[in-house]
Amino acid sequence: MNDTMSNALSRAAAAAALSLGLLAACADGGEAEKNEDDTARAAAAESVTVVDAWAVATEEGMTAVFGVLENGADTEARIVEAASDLSRVELHEVAESDGDMVMQEVEEGFAVPAGGEHELHPGGDHLMLMELAEPLVAGDRIAMTLVFEDGSELVFDAVAKDFAGGDEEYEPHGDHDAHDM
Amino acid sequence: MEPTRTTMRRRGLLTAAGGAALGAAGAGAAATFGRDEGPGTETAPETTVPFHGPHQAGIATPAQDRAVLLALDMHETVDADRLAAVMRLLSDDAARLTGGVPALADADAELAAEPARLTVTFGFGLDLLDRLGLAGALPEGARPVPAFGTDRLEERWSGGDLLIQVCGDGDLAVSHAVRMLVKDSRSFATVRWTQRGFLQRPTGGGTARNIMGQIDGTGNPVPGEPAFDSAVWIGEDAGPFAGGTMMVVRRIRTDLDQWDRLDPVGKGRVIGRRLSDGAPLTGETEDDPVDLEAREANGLPVIPASAHVRRAAEAGAVMLRRSYNYDDGPREDGSPDTGLVFVAFQADVEQFNTVQAHLDEADLLNTYAVAVGSAVFAVPPGCGEGGWIGRTFLEQY
Repeated sequence: MNDTMSNALSRAAAAAALSLGLLAACADGGEAEKNEDDTARAAAAESVTVVDAWAVATEEGMTAVFGVLENGADTEARIVEAASDLSRVELHEVAESDGDMVMQEVEEGFAVPAGGEHELHPGGDHLMLMELAEPLVAGDRIAMTLVFEDGSELVFDAVAKDFAGGDEEYEPHGDHDAHDM
Repeated sequence: MEPTRTTMRRRGLLTAAGGAALGAAGAGAAATFGRDEGPGTETAPETTVPFHGPHQAGIATPAQDRAVLLALDMHETVDADRLAAVMRLLSDDAARLTGGVPALADADAELAAEPARLTVTFGFGLDLLDRLGLAGALPEGARPVPAFGTDRLEERWSGGDLLIQVCGDGDLAVSHAVRMLVKDSRSFATVRWTQRGFLQRPTGGGTARNIMGQIDGTGNPVPGEPAFDSAVWIGEDAGPFAGGTMMVVRRIRTDLDQWDRLDPVGKGRVIGRRLSDGAPLTGETEDDPVDLEAREANGLPVIPASAHVRRAAEAGAVMLRRSYNYDDGPREDGSPDTGLVFVAFQADVEQFNTVQAHLDEADLLNTYAVAVGSAVFAVPPGCGEGGWIGRTFLEQY
C-alpha cells in the first residue's frame, strides 16, 4: 500500500475514531479498549474474513504471517493487536530507512477499509511472531488471533510454507542494529 | 521491493474454512464470499482442467503436450501425519495452479496466469504405505510389477514413494508447477527421479505418433464408456482407494539406430500395424479390428506370430495407456537417447502384468525397446473443494 493511501486511511480512521470517542485508544499505541457505547453495531471480527493465510516456516527465532483481510462491512475495521500461542505477535510494516527496506512495528494498527481488503504480504505489512517457542515446520497450521479496535477477536489458521523471499531487515524502534528476518 | 500482490482472485482452500466459519455470522460475509469465485469462472474453459472431482485429473484427461513425472522419496522421519500435512500443501498448490491462480507463497505468481490445461496427479509407492503401517488401506489390485526377463532396470529410473505427474500444454506452466510442488515437499523428501515427456498431437486430431513413428495408443478405452470405468477405476467397495487407480510407469529406451535399419514393411511386421496410418496389417484404417486369424496365401499369419499387437491382444487385458516420448540425446557419439515414458492406468496392476508377461515372452519389438525403469503407484481418488489428495487413507487409517 502506498503512502498516500496509508495517510488517507489514517486520516479517515482518525476521523472515525474521533466520532466514536476512541481517539485515546488509538493514541496510546494501539491498545484496544472495549467501546461500551457501540454494542448495537456488529463486531468488526464478524465482518472480516482472512483468506490465503500462511506463515514462513522456520527453525527458530521470528517469522511472519501473511494473508488477505477482507472486510464485508460498510465501516472500516482496524486491527490493533494480534496474538498466537506460539509467540508474542507484533503488527509490522516494511518501510525505507537510510536506503534499506526495514520492518518495524506499526503504531496505528492495520486498517481494513469498508467493503475492501488489506493484504499482508512479503515486502509489506505482516504479522510478526517474535520469539517462536518451537520450530515451525512447513505444513504446520498455527492459530492466530486478531484483536480489533472494538475489542472483538477473530481467530484464523495460517499454514506454514517454506519461503525464501521477503528478505527485509528487522529494525525495532530505537534499535539501529538491524537483524535478519 | 515490489509487493507480490496478485490481482487474480484467490481461493482460501487451506484457510478459508476457519475464517469463513467465524465470519459467516457477519452481515458482510455473504458479500465477501460472493466475490470469491472459483478460478475456472474467469479463465477460458479450455485452458483449465478441474482439479476437484471424484477422480484425479490427468488420467481420463485427454493427454496434454508435455508431462513431467517426479518420484520423490520421503525422509524416514516422515510419518502419516506429516505426509498428510505435505499432501494438504501439495493439493492446495495443485488446486490453485491448475485453476490459473498462484500458489500460496508463490514467488513467481505471474507464471500461474496461463495454466494451459495443467493437471497434477498424485500416486503413492506401495513400500511407502507399508512403511507407514498403512498397507491395509491398499486395494487388492495394488501389486508390484515383477522384473521381467527382458527388462534392464536401473535403480535411477525405478521405484519411488510419492509420484507427482504434472501435465500441461505449456512448458512454462508445467515447469512452474513442478518448481512450486518441489519447493513445498523438499523439506520432507528427496527427488528420486524426474522424467520429462512430450507428445505431438496431430493437428487434425486422432492418435499421436510416438518417437518410433508408430501411431501409439490405438484401442485405448474411451473415458465415459463403462469399459473404461471397469478397466481403470478401482471399484466403489474397495475402501480408501475407491475411485482411484493403479499407475505403472515404465521408462522404455528405444534403439532408433537399430529401428532405422528396418524398411517400412519390416517395421509394420514388428508392430502388426502399418506405420503410415496405424491400420492393422489385416485392415484399412486405424480403428479396424486386428484379425489374428488372417493368413497369407502361403499359410503364414498376416500378423506375424510375435508381432507386438498380436502378443498384446492375446494377453487379453485392457489398460489405459497415457505415454509420452522422451529425447535426452543425442549422446556424445551422436547416438540417440530416446524412448517412452510409458504410463498405464488400470484398476489392478495384474492387467499390466498379464500383458507385459506376454510381451516379455515374445515380442519382435523387444529388439528395439527395452524397459530401463519401472515403478508402481497407488493413485487415490480425487477430492472435493477444501479436500486434499490422500485424505481417504491418511485420515481414516
